[in-house]
Amino acid sequence: MSRRSLPEINAGSMADIAFLLLIFFLVTTTMDVDTGLVRKLPAMPEEEEILDDSQIKARNIYVVLVNAKDQLLVEEELMDISQLREGTKAFLDNWGKDPNLSDNPQKAIVSLQNDRGTSYEMYVSVQNELSAAYRELRDREAQKKFGVNYMELKGDNKKEIRKMFPEKISEAEPKNVGGN
Amino acid sequence: MSRFKKKKGGGTPAISTASLPDIVFMLLFFFMVTTVMRETTLLVENTLPQATEVKKIEDKSLCSYIYVGAPVAGMKSKFGTEPRIQLNDAFRLSSDVQEFVAAKRESTSEEKIPQLITCIKADVDAKMGLISDIKQELRKAKAFKINYATYERVE
Repeated sequence: MSRRSLPEINAGSMADIAFLLLIFFLVTTTMDVDTGLVRKLPAMPEEEEILDDSQIKARNIYVVLVNAKDQLLVEEELMDISQLREGTKAFLDNWGKDPNLSDNPQKAIVSLQNDRGTSYEMYVSVQNELSAAYRELRDREAQKKFGVNYMELKGDNKKEIRKMFPEKISEAEPKNVGGN
Repeated sequence: MSRFKKKKGGGTPAISTASLPDIVFMLLFFFMVTTVMRETTLLVENTLPQATEVKKIEDKSLCSYIYVGAPVAGMKSKFGTEPRIQLNDAFRLSSDVQEFVAAKRESTSEEKIPQLITCIKADVDAKMGLISDIKQELRKAKAFKINYATYERVE
């Protein structure tokens, strides 16, 4: 062995330095994925434009009201949140049978109105139940036609199912009855 | 034969740790790539509600976050206990939302502007009045895509 002109640098502490950096990134990292309910807000109505909803028959509107005490009034009847999903499904999936429920899902509109005092938690659960009702109906239809769930469908098939059950949730301006 | 014996008699050799830095570096790079630095310090209590019908947000960089909730413990004396709106690093009013959305648009490249989404991260105890004010402002600002941030609940 001949003597080298330069002694080798000791790389033993490289691991320590790397560990230090690693721990820093481990601590600062946030791995949580952002999840949530996606909604689209309606455009601001033009000035002096009055929404003409008289053309929509009353039977095609499913009125969901939430008051400041987080109570639900659905079609003028008190309802528990656990029944909302089934109720919405029955309304959408009526096909003209019951004269109080919708003609067909294309015409059906869910109208949601909340008070300014409604808690956010309640509002999200109501939105969630309404979405769930639509999702379950779409899933059922997709299973019948294509044998898979709605979310697994692609392209035109997905559009077809979406056209069958369009998610029409309309939100009225909130009222301030219950106070803050 | 004696040569064989001599080799075996050395005891277990020390495991080489020369590749340890490589392994650590590998982990390090993984975390460096996946990490998203927290951009804001939360000034409000933020327990999100739970929902089942959730969608994932694909690109976080397209999100502008609006936090709503009661001020955290240290801020209560200064800002009260009622839920408030936090934009970036400060408490703001709902009238500042339009400006906030405009600033986000400014800093986004043009082709991505239609994909921008506003994430409302509101506390479970927040009241809808405040959320409605935000929604009205967003409508005025023509930022129609919104996302109510929730945790995913498995049924």
